Amino acid sequence: MESTLDIFIKAIFSENMIFAYFLGMCSYLAVSKTVNTALGLGAAVIFVLVVTVPVNYLLENYLLKAGALSWMGEKYAGMDLSFLSFIMFIAVVASIVQLVEMLVEKFAPALYGALGIFLPLIAVNCSILGGALFMQERQYSTILDATAFSLGSGIGWFVAIVAIAAIREKLRYSKIPAPLRGLGITFILTGLMGVAFMSFMGIKYGKEVPKAKVESVETSQK
Amino acid sequence: MSETVEKVKAPSEPLFSKKNKKLITDPLTDNNPVTIQVLGICSALAITVQVSQAIVMGLSVIFVTMMGNVVISMMRNAIPSRIRIIVQLVVVAALVIVVDQVLAAFLPDISSKLSVFVGLIITNCIIMGRLEAFAMGNKPWPSLLDGLGNGLGYAGLLVLVAIFRELFGSGSLLGFPIFGDAVEKTGLYAIGYQNNNLMILPPMALIIVGVIIWVQRARNQALIEEH
Repeated sequence: MESTLDIFIKAIFSENMIFAYFLGMCSYLAVSKTVNTALGLGAAVIFVLVVTVPVNYLLENYLLKAGALSWMGEKYAGMDLSFLSFIMFIAVVASIVQLVEMLVEKFAPALYGALGIFLPLIAVNCSILGGALFMQERQYSTILDATAFSLGSGIGWFVAIVAIAAIREKLRYSKIPAPLRGLGITFILTGLMGVAFMSFMGIKYGKEVPKAKVESVETSQK
Repeated sequence: MSETVEKVKAPSEPLFSKKNKKLITDPLTDNNPVTIQVLGICSALAITVQVSQAIVMGLSVIFVTMMGNVVISMMRNAIPSRIRIIVQLVVVAALVIVVDQVLAAFLPDISSKLSVFVGLIITNCIIMGRLEAFAMGNKPWPSLLDGLGNGLGYAGLLVLVAIFRELFGSGSLLGFPIFGDAVEKTGLYAIGYQNNNLMILPPMALIIVGVIIWVQRARNQALIEEH
C-alpha cells in the first residue's frame, strides 16, 4: 500500500496531469501566453480540484459504488449506481464551480478580480473531471488519500502551465520557422517537457515499485 | 421535431446544399478542430497508442457531437442563457453514459484500455465548443452536419497520430504485424530494425501533433500565426 505522501508526490511528478495524461490541454494551450494569467488559472485549478475531488469521493463511496447504499438499509445494499457517475461528477463539478465563483465574488473581491474570468472555464477543464474519474478508478482507501491526490494533481498542473507560459514568453524573442509559430512549437515543447518529466518515473514509492507505462504497452504488444 | 424542421426546410434548401456540405468538409482540413481551433486535445492523445483505440474513440466522439448538437439545437430556444453550460453538460453526460455502457457491453477489451478517457469525452472542448458556437444558434439539420464534420475532423487526426505511433512504436497496424516478428527476427527485424519505444510514450503524441501542425501550416501559409 502506498502512503498518503507517496500519492501526493506521485500525482505531482510521475503522474502529472498534463505530461502523462494530457488532461486540461485546452486551457493549458489557450491561457499559457503570459505567466500572470497562467498563475491565476493554475491557482484556480488547484482550488477547484481540492474542493471537488473529496466531494466526489464521498458521493462515490456513499451513493454510487456497488453496495455503497447499504447505510440506507438492507434493501438498498445490492444496488449499483456506478453508471450514473459521469453525470453526478460533472453536475458536482459544474455546481461547485458556480458556487465557488459566487462565494469568491462576495467575500474576496480581490481574488475574484484575479481568478474571475478563469472560474467558469474550469467547469469544462478535463483535469477536474479527470481527477474525479481517476479517483474513482484507483479506489483510494480514505478521503485523506483522495484529497492528497487532488492537491498533488492540482500542483502538478500548476507547475506545468506556469513552466510553459514562462517558456512561451521567452519564445517571443527567438526565431521560429513560420509554420511552427504559436501552436506547433508549443506542442513540441510540451512533448519535450513530458520526456523530461518521465524521468520522475524512476522515483520509488514506499515498498511498491512504480510500474512504468511502457511495460503495460509492451505486454499488450506480445 | 427534427423531422418537421427538415420538412419545412426542404423546399427552400436541399439537404446537401453547398453550404451544408461545407459544414462537413471544412473541419476536415482548413478548420480542423484539433490543429486549427486547438480544441479537444485533452482526451485525444493518451489513447493514440493503438489504431483500434483511436478508431473507437473517434466513433464515440462523432456520435456524441452529432447527437449533442441535435439535442441542444432542438432545445436552443428553451434554454435560459445563464444556465446553458450546465444544461449542455447534462445532455453530453447522458450521451456519454450511453456510449460508455455500450462499449463496456460489446467491446470490454477496448473499454478497459480507454478507462477514464471515455468519461472525459464530456469535457472534450470540441463538443462544448460546437454546442456553444453552432448548435445554440442553428437548426437541427445543419447542427447534425456540423457535429459530423467536427467529429470526423477529430477522429481523422486521432487515427493519423495513432497510425504513426502504432506503426513505428509496435511495428503493427490494428494489431497486425507489418514489419515482421520482433521476437523471431523475421522481416525487417532480420536486418536489424528495431521498434522505436519512444513512440509508445505519451510525450511523442504531442510531438507528432506538433509536426502535423507544422506540415499543415507550411502547405497553407494563410494559417500561420503571429506570435
